[in-house]
Amino acid sequence: MVPLNWYMLLSAAVFTIGVFGFLSRRNIIIMFMSIELMLNGVNISLISFSHYLQDMRGQILAFFVIAVAAAEAVIGLAIVIALFRNKATVHVDKINEMKG
Amino acid sequence: MNFQFPDIGPVIPELIMTAIALIVLLADLLIKKKEVLALFSIAGIAAVAYTLIGSSGVTFGGMFISDGYSTFFKLIFFVNVILSVLISIKYIVIEKVNFGEYYALILFSTTGMMIMASAADLIVLYLGLELMALSTYVLAGFIRHDIKSNEAALKYFLLGAFSTAFLLYGISMIYGLTGTTNIKAIALYISEKGLTGNLSLLLSVILFTVAFGFKIAAAPFHMWAPDVYEGAPTSITAFMSVGPKAAGFAVLGRVFMVAFVSVKVDWVAILIPISILTMGVGNIVALSQTNIKRMLAYSSIAHAGYALLGIICANNEGLASMMNYLMIYAFMNIGAFAVITMLRSEGFRGEDITDYEGLAKTHPLSAALMLIFMFSLTGIPPTAGFIGKLYIFMSAINAGYTWLVVIAVIFSAISAYFYLRIVMYMYMKEPKEVVTLTKSPSTGIALGVAAVAVLVIGIFPSFLVDLARAAIKGF
Repeated sequence: MVPLNWYMLLSAAVFTIGVFGFLSRRNIIIMFMSIELMLNGVNISLISFSHYLQDMRGQILAFFVIAVAAAEAVIGLAIVIALFRNKATVHVDKINEMKG
Repeated sequence: MNFQFPDIGPVIPELIMTAIALIVLLADLLIKKKEVLALFSIAGIAAVAYTLIGSSGVTFGGMFISDGYSTFFKLIFFVNVILSVLISIKYIVIEKVNFGEYYALILFSTTGMMIMASAADLIVLYLGLELMALSTYVLAGFIRHDIKSNEAALKYFLLGAFSTAFLLYGISMIYGLTGTTNIKAIALYISEKGLTGNLSLLLSVILFTVAFGFKIAAAPFHMWAPDVYEGAPTSITAFMSVGPKAAGFAVLGRVFMVAFVSVKVDWVAILIPISILTMGVGNIVALSQTNIKRMLAYSSIAHAGYALLGIICANNEGLASMMNYLMIYAFMNIGAFAVITMLRSEGFRGEDITDYEGLAKTHPLSAALMLIFMFSLTGIPPTAGFIGKLYIFMSAINAGYTWLVVIAVIFSAISAYFYLRIVMYMYMKEPKEVVTLTKSPSTGIALGVAAVAVLVIGIFPSFLVDLARAAIKGF
């Protein structure tokens, strides 16, 4: 039996890697993957809490998170494609029409 | 299997709103004149507002609540969506994006806001927030052929999704700690077990503050707002400077005042510096802006700072003046944006503040309306903006934050510079070039409604204030 603490550490680690990736990477697709990593870190903690507490709410929420993340991916990639048609780049530092 | 059908009474407004959005989406395939869809949406929203009267109660096992608080916020969302649709009809034709999905997405986004205002459970809150946010991301990038609009959508999307992940981590923390996601049950558990000083509780309060701070564009989480507001279609800028912000305040009020009420001291200590920073950044950076949409973006950040004072009071009086403020803000801000959409015509953006030079000479009525909205945003009597600020400052003083109110008033005085600069450009400069206004009956109605509301609330404020106070009762 793996103790709850280990799952918590794993979830915090995955979430932090996601945060770090989002803040340090400059490629939109990789930033996007980092967000997915953060959401999956949350899912790990939700499901392990749910198992630990013997309560279904956490798993229900994890399913919702997965479903919404899929919708989010659709919209995010659609926005990237719309942008790519006008300006062929996926580098966020080059997307700087507006400043100030 | 025993399945009991839930009582759908309290959720009827949301159900009808969803149905209307779906009908608009389907009717778009058959109807060539998209104005019809806009009028249908407005009629639909009026019908939903009517069903709001009879819908109070708790349903879905305590996950969804319809009370005075949520009803008042839903009224703000309806004002927001109706005025935004009215100013959109002509504007999206000029921007060459006259598609029916526009109205369907606005309605879906409003449904999300309504669900957020009524959420009594963190799962429902999350779903409402995502429904609102995903629709708004698409709307921000609705002008597909314009790179600025694409960029606005991308920035909004990346930072919005980033902040939602923080919200979810906060939810998972609070779930692990209390074993429930119901907002009332969380409050009960925290006070029963005496978890007030618990570190993971404080961590989740901070994570919630970060996530909601992004939604209401409070500093230091405001960085997305100026770019997104500048790049998005002007009618959508109007829509999302009021709607998602009000929805963010609705959930901020409910989660902090109900679930985290026993750690009041801690979150007030977090919100006070955020509020000061928000007012400071919003008002001072707005001074140097030359694009009016960007200037109003910073002004909207500053207004979030004033409205936060209502939450900082941490009592019902503060919440009532916050709700009152947001309702007034909806009218005056969308009114100002309506004038901006009128300046946009074929081949002329009309977003630079120098485009307003001498507007009073060429178009006296539009200039006079802009004057009213600018006075109201500054907070000069007899406009509604003054009443909003007055009540919010009064409740902050009653709660013992006189020094905070002094800071807010100083920043409010600074804000007069950039609002009244527009007025100065309109009235005291000679017209540089002839500006043709894009007039349409629908924009006219929106402007008229907003201007009358700003003046009437400014002169007879007691009606709205009493409504907000009645709504907050039994919260």
